[in-house]
Amino acid sequence: MSERAFHQDPEPEPPAEEDEEATDDAREVTTGAEAAIIALEEAGVDMAFGVQGGAIMPVYDALYDSDIEHITMAHEQGAAHAADAYGIVSGDPGVAMATSGPGATNLVTGIADASMDSDPMIALTGQVATDFVGNDAFQEVDTVGITQPITKQNYFAGDPDTLGADVSEAFALADAGRQGPTLVDLPKDASKAETDVQPISPATPDTYHPPEKADEAVIEAAAEALQDADQPAILSGGGVVKGEASDELRAFARKYEIPVITTMPGLGTFPETDDLSLGMAGMHGTGAANLAITNCDVLLGVGTRFDDRLTGGVDSFAPDAEVIHIEIDPAEINKNIYADYPLLGDAERVLEQLDDELTDAPDAETWREQCQTWKDEYPLDYETPEDEPLKPQYVVERFAELADDDAIVTTGVGQHQMWACQFWTYTEPRTWVSSNGLGTMGYGVPSAIGAKLGAPDREVVTFDGDGSFLMTMQELSVAVREDLDITYVILNNEAIGMVRQWQDGFYEGRRMASEYPWIPEFDLLAESFGARGFRLEEHDEVDDVIKKAREYDGPAVIDAIIDPGENVYPMVPSGGDNGLFALSEEQLDNL
Amino acid sequence: MSSGELPGPAPDERMRPEGRRNTQGIRIDPEAEATHQPRHAVLSALVKHEPGVLAEVSGLFSRRQFNIESLTVGPTTDKNVARMTIVIEEPEPGVEQAKKQLRKLIPTIAVEELKPEAMRRELALVKVRAEKPDDVQSVAEMYNGQAVDASPNAVTVEITGSKQKIDAAVEAFEQFDVEEVVRTGAAALERGAETMDANGYASEE
Repeated sequence: MSERAFHQDPEPEPPAEEDEEATDDAREVTTGAEAAIIALEEAGVDMAFGVQGGAIMPVYDALYDSDIEHITMAHEQGAAHAADAYGIVSGDPGVAMATSGPGATNLVTGIADASMDSDPMIALTGQVATDFVGNDAFQEVDTVGITQPITKQNYFAGDPDTLGADVSEAFALADAGRQGPTLVDLPKDASKAETDVQPISPATPDTYHPPEKADEAVIEAAAEALQDADQPAILSGGGVVKGEASDELRAFARKYEIPVITTMPGLGTFPETDDLSLGMAGMHGTGAANLAITNCDVLLGVGTRFDDRLTGGVDSFAPDAEVIHIEIDPAEINKNIYADYPLLGDAERVLEQLDDELTDAPDAETWREQCQTWKDEYPLDYETPEDEPLKPQYVVERFAELADDDAIVTTGVGQHQMWACQFWTYTEPRTWVSSNGLGTMGYGVPSAIGAKLGAPDREVVTFDGDGSFLMTMQELSVAVREDLDITYVILNNEAIGMVRQWQDGFYEGRRMASEYPWIPEFDLLAESFGARGFRLEEHDEVDDVIKKAREYDGPAVIDAIIDPGENVYPMVPSGGDNGLFALSEEQLDNL
Repeated sequence: MSSGELPGPAPDERMRPEGRRNTQGIRIDPEAEATHQPRHAVLSALVKHEPGVLAEVSGLFSRRQFNIESLTVGPTTDKNVARMTIVIEEPEPGVEQAKKQLRKLIPTIAVEELKPEAMRRELALVKVRAEKPDDVQSVAEMYNGQAVDASPNAVTVEITGSKQKIDAAVEAFEQFDVEEVVRTGAAALERGAETMDANGYASEE
C-alpha cells in the first residue's frame, strides 16, 4: 500500500498540484465523503457491503472513483450479516453501508449480532443534513442513539474536516482489543462539504488500552493451581479465534495433556478429531463436554464470556472448579462466573506466559480416562432407518465427509444450527460462521456471501432452516449476481423447529405459530433466482445430491425434506444443570 | 413424534460434583446461604467532554440494571475533560461490574471508587411557605442555609452539605409546608492531596 500524506503534524503539506507523484498515488480529499472512503482505503479495505439511498449518496459517489469493491445487497440486514461474516473469516473489519432512517435501522440486527459475537465490523450510515437533525426530517432516525448500546463506539461525523479521522478511528477500534462493531453516522451536508483534510492513519483513541500481558503474580498462582489439578479442563472460546491463539492453545493442551472443551464460537479452535477434544459444551453440547465441565476441579477458560447457553444454571456450573480466566475484556471477569485467577490480556500471549511458568503437567491420567469413558458412553447419535423420513443429522454428517477439510460452514439459527454444530467435524478456526450470541434467524444466506467473498478460495456451505431461509432469502439474488460458489442446504421441517421442540417439551405440545401450513418449494424458488435447485427426500440420494450441488459452479440450494419430528439432543434446559443433560424427551420431562 | 433416546447413562446415574455457586457465579459452601448486601459506592469518573457522553453513561447504567442513586456531571479545569460523580447501590459484584463497564466506554478516561471518608456534598433548593419567615430563617441557619429568594408567599432556601444533612434539613422544613425541593445529587472528591488523572487516583509525593 502506498504511503499517504497524513495531517498528523501541524506542518502544512505541499499542495497536491505541485507534486505529481503524490497525486498519482494518493487521491486528494476534496469532500467529507471522499475523506471517509480514503480513510477506508488507508485502512486496507477492499470490499464493502451495502444498499444505496438518499442520505448516503455522496459517500457512494466517492466510491465511484475508489478501488473498493462494493457488493450491493438486497436488504441492509443482509449487508450487515455479510460484512460480519467477512470479518469472521478474514479477521479484518467488514464494512457495511446504508442510508439514513430505515437503511440504518435495517442494519441494527446485524450490528447487534456482531456486538454479541465480538465480530469486527464498521458501519457507515447516511444521515439527514445537520440543519434537519432533530426535526423528524424525511428518513431521519437517531442512529447514534439507537446503536449506542450495540457498538463499541459510534460517531456523529458532522464536521467535514474530522469526518475522515472519525472513520479511521472507528475502523481501528473495531479491530483492536476485543473486536466489535463501530458505526459512523454521516450527515449529508458534511459528506458533501468541501474539505482538504486527509484522514489520519487508523489509530485507537488515547483512552483505549486493552490489556496485553497478565499480571505475573496471578500467572504464578494460576500455574500452581493448574499443576496441582487432578481433573483439569480447558474451555476454548471465541476469543481464541479472534485472538489468533488457536495454535498456542493446541500446543498448550497437548503439552500438558489437558482435555479441551469448546464453546460454540470456539468451534474449530481445537480439532475435534484430537483425542483430547471433548467437543462443545452447553445446552446442546456433548455428554463428555458437559460432564467434564461439571466435574472438573480446575477450569481454564480462554476467551469466553461464560454465556448462559454455555453455563446453564450458574449454581451448578463447574461447581467444584477453581476458574482460571484468560480474557482481554476486564468487564468479562466475574461478570457471570467468578474467576479465582483472572488473567487479563491477549489470549496467545497469556497462554505463553502460563506455559513459561508451568514446570510439570498435572497428574490427570485417571481423569483423562474418565473423559474418554464419557466420550465412549455418550456418542452423538441418531437413528437411521432407511425407510423413514430423512434425518437431518445424516445430511450434515455426509456433507462433512464429502466437503473440503477447510470448508467454511455458515448457518441460520435453530435446530439446523445445532445439528451443524454436532455433526460437522471442526478442525480449524474461522470455519464456523454463525450467529452464536444474538441467535439471529436469517443469518445464513447473507453470511455465506460475506464468507465466500472473504475467503474466495474456500468451500462455503450453509446449513439453514426453512424458517431462517425465508427471512433473508432475497440475498440469493446477490449470490447469483456475484456468481458465488456456495451450497445452501435447507434442513426443511416445515416449522420453526426449535420453537416446536420447546413447545413439545415445555408447553404441553401446544404448537402456537411454529408450524408452516404452506411454504415455497425452495428448489424451484432457487431456480427462479437463477441458482441451481435440488430437492432431497430420500436417504440413499443424499450423497448424490450433495455431490451434484457441490459440482455446480455457482450458488446451489438443496431443499432437504427432513423428518419433521426430529429433535435436538442432548439437551440441558434453560438454566438447568449441565451434568444432568437429557438424552430424550422423557428424560427432559423428568428433570 | 419424539425421537429415540440417545445412548449413555441417565442423569441420575452420572458423576455429580458436591459444590455449588451462588447467583453471582461464586463458589460457596453448599450449606451456607449466600449473602451479598447492597452497599453505597461513590464512583468518580473522568470522561471526554463531548456530546452524548452523559447519554452513554446513563444508558449503560440503565440497560445493565445498576441502581443509580445520583449522577452529576460538570466541566473540569481541562476543557476537554468532564467529571462525573455517580452514587450507586449494589451488592459487591455489581459495584465491580459497574466500574468495569463504565471504564469500558471509549470516552471514559478513568474511573475510581472513592473511599468512604471522601468529601461528599450536594446542594438543595427548598421552597417553603412563608407564613412564618423568622422561623424559616432560624431553621435555615441551623443547617447553614441561606434564603436565595423571598416573596410574600414563599421563601427558597439553599442548603449545601452531605446527603444526610440535606435529608434532615428537608425534614425540618416540613413544618412550614415544603412546596418544592430540587437536589443536585452528590459531588465528591477524595480528601488530602490526592488527585485523579488518566491513571486514577495517585498520591502526590
